[in-house]
Amino acid sequence: MSGRVGIVAAAESSPAITQDNMMDAVYKVTKELLNKVGIDRDDVGTIVTAASDVFHSGISCANSYYWEASGGFLKNASRQDGDSLFAFLYGCLRVLSGHFETAMVIALTKGSENPENDTVTSLYADPFYHRPLGINETTAAALQMRQYMERYGITAEQCALVTVKNLRNALFNPYAHIRKSVTVDEVLNSKATADPLTTLQCAPKSDGMVAVLLAAEDTAKALTDHPVWFRGYGSAMDTYTLGDRDLLRGTLPQAAQAAYTMARLEKPSEEVDVAEISEPYGFQELLWCEQLGLCAEGKGGRLIDSGTTHLDGRLPVNPSGGVLATNPYVARGLYRVAEAYWQITGKAGEHQVKKSVHTALAHSTHGFAGQSHTVVILGD
Amino acid sequence: MTKEYRTLHTTVNLPYELAFGATLTRFFDGLSAEKILGTRCPKCSRVLVPARSFCPRCFIDLDDWVEVGQTGTVETWSLVSYEYIGMAKTPPYITGLIRLDGADVSFTHLIGGIDMSSIDQVQSRLAIGTRVKAVWATEKPGSIFDIEYFVPI
Repeated sequence: MSGRVGIVAAAESSPAITQDNMMDAVYKVTKELLNKVGIDRDDVGTIVTAASDVFHSGISCANSYYWEASGGFLKNASRQDGDSLFAFLYGCLRVLSGHFETAMVIALTKGSENPENDTVTSLYADPFYHRPLGINETTAAALQMRQYMERYGITAEQCALVTVKNLRNALFNPYAHIRKSVTVDEVLNSKATADPLTTLQCAPKSDGMVAVLLAAEDTAKALTDHPVWFRGYGSAMDTYTLGDRDLLRGTLPQAAQAAYTMARLEKPSEEVDVAEISEPYGFQELLWCEQLGLCAEGKGGRLIDSGTTHLDGRLPVNPSGGVLATNPYVARGLYRVAEAYWQITGKAGEHQVKKSVHTALAHSTHGFAGQSHTVVILGD
Repeated sequence: MTKEYRTLHTTVNLPYELAFGATLTRFFDGLSAEKILGTRCPKCSRVLVPARSFCPRCFIDLDDWVEVGQTGTVETWSLVSYEYIGMAKTPPYITGLIRLDGADVSFTHLIGGIDMSSIDQVQSRLAIGTRVKAVWATEKPGSIFDIEYFVPI
């Protein structure tokens, strides 16, 4: 291993719903990133993309289609399906291997072109048992939510506060998709989906292209005055069968501990300055905060009541508006990394948190009720 | 948002032929005979249902077949009232995790036989901890719907 790997720059597509076709949308975010750094496609060592095939784009082996727009052609480049934080790790490892000075990681989903989220997520379920019973990302989350509320006395109002907070944060993020001021009553009285979830507690489907440039330590320092270093990583995936799992004791503590150990964080609740957490369902932000060790078990409701996780709080969570505001399915993990990068460099604009940020956490989840979790720690 | 440019409307429709394998075939044959079958792990002693060919925790083969109870306790549930393209069942319906008597993991299925016209009506009959029993369908071709649903006792 040759020193550290750092993020040199990041780019996100805007607006959240684009009129471009996939090819042009990928090209624009790739070109924007290269322009920000002031380099050409030829200067990039390797490219790793994250995208889902047919389900999230209607095209199979989709990287072969958009490969020219990502700049990946005629390079030693690769693609990761599923969680885009896996692609982020893949890019970091390629740089750390010493074989590449730079790596560009691009994640892309055009949600506006796809069927409803759960038309797609129900296809994650096996067709023998779970799929005919209507299990999808939303119904699995609803089963988890009812257990969470019952076991710890978390109230419907506390769950709804996550939407209120995150959509309000999104008002200050021009890249966010859903940006509006809503009340707890409006969240709770929005149309029921899978009770106890309501529409405003479920993420939308959004377009989203995001790209980050990674570089080896010396190259990163040459390309930017403010590199953000990759400090920690952990991921873990639970078993598949829903009834085998304790939905409130998943793999996130394990993933988080691996990331904290690698980053040498001993008291993450004090050392993490800002967290970008994937919460496709509002209550999950509370549950994930507990499992990340940012508050005690069962205290996720009290955490949001206290204002700790607000934009001006001691530990802001999802200053970007999170996944409830912008949900480009596969890209949502790498969005968390890009947002964490901007918070550390002070470039987040209107949704920049008030406190100074040195250490940031980016989290992603995939599968039913948090089957898979990935945690990344970044620092200056 | 209205699109300024042309939109292509297209679908992908693909037929597949997926193997049940020996263990799931025997499990679904069991449902046809109004039996809910699991397999017991000789190492951790857990009874897994639906029956499994291996214990994921101990990572060993399973072949000790047991019939579990047709009654159980609701561990969590959701009243589903929204719709999406390709959804498996027309709402409203209730999906739940049920710990069947004699099993050590929960069984995913539907809960029915109660008034689903409002969440209040449902909550008057159903809560975490409610006891339920299987209601068998008239036709039992060997599918998960050989059990029509579980009804609160």
